[in-house]
Amino acid sequence: MEKIYGRTKTIQEDKVSGFCPGCMHSTVIKLIGEVLEEMDLVDKAACVLGIGCCGLHMDYIAYDNTTAPHGRACAVATGMKRTSPDSLVFTYQGDGDFASIGLAESISAANRGENITVIFINNGIYGMTGGQMAPTTLVGMKATTAPKGRDPKEHGYPMHMCEILNQLTAPAYLVRTSCNNPANVNKTKQAIHKAFQNQLDGKGFSMVEIVTSCPTNWGLDPMKSLDYIEEKMLPEFPLGVIRDR
Amino acid sequence: MARVFMKGCEAIAEAAVRAGCRFFAGYPITPQNEIPEYFSRRLPEVGGVFVQGESEVASVNMVYGAASAGTRSMTSSSSPGIALKSEGISYCAAARIPMVYANISRGGPGVGSIQPAQMDYFQATKASGNGGFQMLVFAPSTVQEAVDMTYKAFDYADRDRNPVLILADGVIGTMMEPVVLPEMKSDEEVAAIKASKQGWACVGHQLDYANRSWIQPGQWSTLKMQEANEDAAALYESWKKDVQVEEYQVADAEIVLTAYGISARICKSAVDLLRAQGIKAGLIRPITVHPFPYESYDHIDYNKCKAVLDVEMSIPAQFVTDVAVGVKDRCPIETCLCSGGNIMSRDKVIAAAKKIMEGK
Repeated sequence: MEKIYGRTKTIQEDKVSGFCPGCMHSTVIKLIGEVLEEMDLVDKAACVLGIGCCGLHMDYIAYDNTTAPHGRACAVATGMKRTSPDSLVFTYQGDGDFASIGLAESISAANRGENITVIFINNGIYGMTGGQMAPTTLVGMKATTAPKGRDPKEHGYPMHMCEILNQLTAPAYLVRTSCNNPANVNKTKQAIHKAFQNQLDGKGFSMVEIVTSCPTNWGLDPMKSLDYIEEKMLPEFPLGVIRDR
Repeated sequence: MARVFMKGCEAIAEAAVRAGCRFFAGYPITPQNEIPEYFSRRLPEVGGVFVQGESEVASVNMVYGAASAGTRSMTSSSSPGIALKSEGISYCAAARIPMVYANISRGGPGVGSIQPAQMDYFQATKASGNGGFQMLVFAPSTVQEAVDMTYKAFDYADRDRNPVLILADGVIGTMMEPVVLPEMKSDEEVAAIKASKQGWACVGHQLDYANRSWIQPGQWSTLKMQEANEDAAALYESWKKDVQVEEYQVADAEIVLTAYGISARICKSAVDLLRAQGIKAGLIRPITVHPFPYESYDHIDYNKCKAVLDVEMSIPAQFVTDVAVGVKDRCPIETCLCSGGNIMSRDKVIAAAKKIMEGK
């Protein structure tokens, strides 16, 4: 029988996923690997991982990678890409990393139009540390540091990174996708492809924000987490291309 | 080679360029602004890259990235800014990334004062970030030394795959002096240095899990983490051979001054003046403040020496704690201190030495 689909070679053969059931990190890292292979970029890939569950990828991916201090991935990627322009430099960051502690690094790299790609995982919560409130936590959503739910009077409102970066002149491509159904998984893959192509074309800063789930810290099973994305997350974080230049 | 008249900060930057530094990221803070300013105009001339970071934190992480890609890279700052860089320095040490940084130190703690001081001794030599890592720390007392140390620092950083710190101060950074600049490394030499790192640099490799670049400032495996720390400890132990010190007129000294950096330079001229007045003074000047030349204090003749006089621009004194480890209670240690951006004066040092010798 002809094999028409297999596991991407960019993930170690003998590795069993340690991600929680329903976690979409493994989906996204698969998509990145498939795009790298399809674009023949595996031997140019230089991945800067964020801190948190993002950093777990270091033990799975077979291409070059480093881990930045919490929030600093865009700064690390800046130094890397500026001195190694032939490498495909991309960051892989969660919402705490990209939108909270790394806000200055994220916005400044976007504002300089650094020719890098950001894969931004937005699941509205801190995963590895156990479900604390993120800048993207929905209003009313419970977190271990907001046990009564996010209250705008005390915590403000969820931050929309695509829209915030859209205020800047330099970024080339800002898109929000999800992985909550097969169609959106395909769109996410296409967005990653385009973002990498932008870097090859020297267009500058591209970001793919991917709305994902965290069943463990949301306290929902994987299937109900998919419903939560559709019913709660996507109305707050509408999908689509925010900028394409 | 011809001598040129240069400000310390600019001379440090030029020395780095000549050593093959092709990436600098920094953030403005007095009194080291001439370093990023110089790099911003100089690096493009040699095919290098300058980035003004949005903060010290971002700048040191840009260096983390550039050095991870195999480029000789540097950052600089002054005391409060160095504190902000401590996160990135610790990550560079953990990930074994070679980089060089300079602290043109000023008064502290807090925002302190913008004038010269030596208030960062503990930070520089004991804990420049979390996790107990160590670095070679060089303390120049002249602009020429700052140049020579910066030039050599890149070799040490590459040899050890570890950060190297130039611990200067606002006097060295802002003073102009004649210097002989080191030889400019050719483009071919700079390219060869970068090429030699491509095996481990995070730039993209053929798909091969075992041989991918994997530059990690931490480990998920506790056993691997311990191994990494054991490797680092072995490296630090190997630095005994790298200790540098100047011992001046110590053998017959009845009073031994001890200081580093600009204070030591002031002390050296005080030694000459004291000797001219019949007081047998000497000087021990650590050139590497980490590792520290403890053994030099064994060269003091404690049958003759009345006291060791610790001279530093820090209140409370910090350097004195290492001096005490070297002296081992074999004679009293007195201090001559200033702080807050006030520069040590030769007259003050001489007066302190005379007071000890006169038994007052």
